Amino acid sequence: MGLEEKLPSGVLLTTVEGLAGYARKNSLWPATFGLACCAIEMMATGAGRYDIARFGMEVFRASPRQADLMIVAGRVSQKMAPVLRQIYDQMPEPKWVIAMGACASSGGMFNNYAIVQGVDHVVPVDIYLPGCPPRPEMLLDALMKLQEQIGDTKLGANRKRQIVELEQAALLATPVTAARVQI
Amino acid sequence: MGQGNVYLPILFLGLLAFGFAAFSVTITSVTGPKRYNRAKVDAYECGIQPAQVQLGGGRFPVKYYITAMLFIIFSIEIVFLYPWAVSFDMLGLFGLIEMIIFVLTVFVAYIFVWRRGGLEWD
Repeated sequence: MGLEEKLPSGVLLTTVEGLAGYARKNSLWPATFGLACCAIEMMATGAGRYDIARFGMEVFRASPRQADLMIVAGRVSQKMAPVLRQIYDQMPEPKWVIAMGACASSGGMFNNYAIVQGVDHVVPVDIYLPGCPPRPEMLLDALMKLQEQIGDTKLGANRKRQIVELEQAALLATPVTAARVQI
Repeated sequence: MGQGNVYLPILFLGLLAFGFAAFSVTITSVTGPKRYNRAKVDAYECGIQPAQVQLGGGRFPVKYYITAMLFIIFSIEIVFLYPWAVSFDMLGLFGLIEMIIFVLTVFVAYIFVWRRGGLEWD
């Protein structure tokens, strides 16, 4: 605080983590993984009305090698699961996954043997976005929450500590159903 | 009045661009986590397991030898046709008659291949 006041106006100070987080979150490039109906909503989000380009994400990379965000939009069948995993593995770090829609989050309305009941059986998911399909505004909200997460990500040894802390917090958190039933 | 070279700013811009690219590549190789997995070094084939690279390019049908031979023959013919095309006006009528005889000779070979079924693929 004291140092910034003494500098001439126009000079800002920040941390390396803050700068890295800022750069990463505002330049996310999604990989096209639109599988089913949620892909239509994803396309709508990329179109003019709910512009995703203002977040820097208008370029949906076809190659996973150039992408850092995978929006799994749609139901994943058992046949598609290895493809999904291969694409995820081929993305370079750092990478994030949004499970868009009910089918990607939990199997959705397809409670059967053909659909993977939740894409987190296959890849690690950062944000679950419910909806059938989620409106474009909901997808943008999920992206903004993910951007917050990315901006708060620390680097190096701090990151290792942060991972442990987040795990502890998640284990101690009240499950959503328990919170509703007021146990 | 001391006047520097007007192209100096462009040089500085070029150096800045090169410097930024070099910095980016070096910094990621230094600070980036190296997390290897087998799929990452595989060829990208839309998520399916890619076809493995085979010795010598793998097996191929032997019918291609006919294609190779025909290519050699007619490629040599083309090699003779190109200089004639370039110096067409200097060679005049004599060149035309000569080249027609040459093309007819190769044409005989072409008729032979055609009638013997060399152009049928299956």
